[in-house]
Amino acid sequence: MEKLIDIGKYIEIGINALEENFSGLWRAIDNIISWTVDSINDIFLVIPFYVIIILVTVGAYYAKAGKKSFKKEGIKDGASLALFVVLGLILVWAMGYWEEAVQTTTLVIVSTFIALIFGIPLGIWAARSNTANAVIRPILDLMQTMPAFVYLIPAIFFFSVGNTPGVIATVIFSLPPAVRLTSLGIRNVPSDVIEAGYAFGATEKQILFKIQLPLAKTTILAGINQVILLALSMVVIASMVGAKGLGSIVYQGIQQNNIAKGFEAGLGIVVLAIILDRITQSIGKK
Amino acid sequence: MSDKRKIKIHVEDLTLIFGKRKQEALKLLQQGVSKEEILKKTKCTVGVNKANLEIREGEIFVIMGLSGSGKSTLIRCLNRLNEPTAGKVYFDSHDITRETNKELLETRRTKMSMVFQKFGLLPHHTILENASFGLEIRGEEKEQREARAKRALGTVGLKGYESQYPAELSGGMQQRVGLARALANDPEVLLMDEAFSALDPLIKSDMQDELLQIQNKLHKTIVFITHDLDEAIKIGDRIAIMKDGVVEQIGTAEDILTNPASDYVEAFVEKVDRKTIITAETLMFEKFTFAEINKEGPKSIIRKMRTVGMDVLPVEDEDKKFLGYVRLQEILKLEKEKETSIKKVLKTDVPSVYKTYTVEDMLPLITETRYPLAVVDEENGKLLGIVSQTSLIIEATRFEMEEVIELKEKANEI
Repeated sequence: MEKLIDIGKYIEIGINALEENFSGLWRAIDNIISWTVDSINDIFLVIPFYVIIILVTVGAYYAKAGKKSFKKEGIKDGASLALFVVLGLILVWAMGYWEEAVQTTTLVIVSTFIALIFGIPLGIWAARSNTANAVIRPILDLMQTMPAFVYLIPAIFFFSVGNTPGVIATVIFSLPPAVRLTSLGIRNVPSDVIEAGYAFGATEKQILFKIQLPLAKTTILAGINQVILLALSMVVIASMVGAKGLGSIVYQGIQQNNIAKGFEAGLGIVVLAIILDRITQSIGKK
Repeated sequence: MSDKRKIKIHVEDLTLIFGKRKQEALKLLQQGVSKEEILKKTKCTVGVNKANLEIREGEIFVIMGLSGSGKSTLIRCLNRLNEPTAGKVYFDSHDITRETNKELLETRRTKMSMVFQKFGLLPHHTILENASFGLEIRGEEKEQREARAKRALGTVGLKGYESQYPAELSGGMQQRVGLARALANDPEVLLMDEAFSALDPLIKSDMQDELLQIQNKLHKTIVFITHDLDEAIKIGDRIAIMKDGVVEQIGTAEDILTNPASDYVEAFVEKVDRKTIITAETLMFEKFTFAEINKEGPKSIIRKMRTVGMDVLPVEDEDKKFLGYVRLQEILKLEKEKETSIKKVLKTDVPSVYKTYTVEDMLPLITETRYPLAVVDEENGKLLGIVSQTSLIIEATRFEMEEVIELKEKANEI
């Protein structure tokens, strides 16, 4: 059938115009992201793997056990997670994918960081203004349902292949829960507490920082947890535009029809996912 | 006495309309269109309709009404949590409705504190942090604000609970924290919105007593919202009754009970136990006939008794001090004996009461005597009025006049 409307063409024209007119900006973004990812990678890879394993294990134990870390109950709480972290990370190292795992983790950290920088303020805005909410929500729906491959294309167009388009695609994909859960958390703060705040002469800023954000903390942390897991689930797709890490091993496995390679890298992703999930969940529960 | 106190808050023609087409609705309201019509025409609800109140310094002023009567809306106009559509709220003759945002914050931070029905405590803060919340908001140093919050917690009887969290406390105790938070700010005015309505009846009663005790010490101006008339009567110096956004009546509990301004108020107060509220002052008959001990002899007293148709007269001295009663029978005897003084037959061991005695206080007194109760001035013993036994029984039993007379006759026959 003949096309009656050619939306694709307009999008293409728009993207082209953006690319040509703001090429300096894109290059700057590309440089910043590439430099950040590379630097973090380098730092992680300079540190011996066992030091990192010990640090992550201790961190996970502390996140889980909290203030009781040096008491009996704390050991009961945190021991199983600590054990899993040690064994999981040793497994990743023993399979020979330590460097890739570090690259993937870096990608997740950087994307999550960017997603939160945009997501939490947007969530606050959406919670406090119904107009903002009405505008932001359909955009979030679009970001979550539009297949990730579709925005890989312009990402390459702007940033060429490498880590940057991977990070950008990951940010777009993982941003929505940060916005949604921040907004949800703030909207769920009981109105009588807010009213009490106003009655005692709190400014809008005080209401936000002394009442809304602290009371929404648990929900916001659940959102951060979701952002991290979604970011991790994007690593394979991100590797298609040149992002390095475990995702690219899986991608190679697909291309080479190499079951062993694919499975091992996939297992590494699962280990990372479980560790990141349990640590962030424990922080959220405190 | 209370009338001489300074007016702290003066609410003048205060109107609040909810909805988008406020101005249109306001115009209709001023033309005298009814609430229902306005809702139909503009989809706006009239929350408060031209309320006028004068709240005096140091009094507990209760605003009472059922839910939807606009009482909570009205109290929120006082600190502008609700923005009035029209009218004025004067605080110490300074118009709050015209304050800029900055002035308003200052007013809320220093002059008026609020206590809420649902407490409004911060669940992630300790009791001490909650009590010092108002001080934190206005930027006081940690040490100073915690010292003041501790003192306020002591006032409401929560010493020792400082480091606990709201969820660990019972409802009554949580509301004490709410009260401490308000008191810590040392405001001039306390706004209490159904502050005790969420509590169990026994705890509620305790809290009312406690509030009255605190008020005895601190003498704040308190605006108290409730839907409970018993509560209003117990703690209110004066009560305003609201219905459909309109203030129907303002007065002391007794004013309202004895002279309900409308059917609505009357229906409201019907169920109240009047015995504990109605006082001698309301019941007493002030234009009574009396005999003066050194001026009048039996003859003139008999004449007086005959003209008013009574067989008992109160006797006063020249300073109007109440001395006792004389009875017709005995005076007649005196006249036969040609006595000129009535001192012989003056009954002095009769009960007398003060203006503030309630029906409940007076009822036991009439069982011991056949004389009416004399109401005397507390300071100089002057006779102010007479409370007849019949009127007391009517008040106590709510029987009609005829029924009481009939009962009395029957009792006399026996």
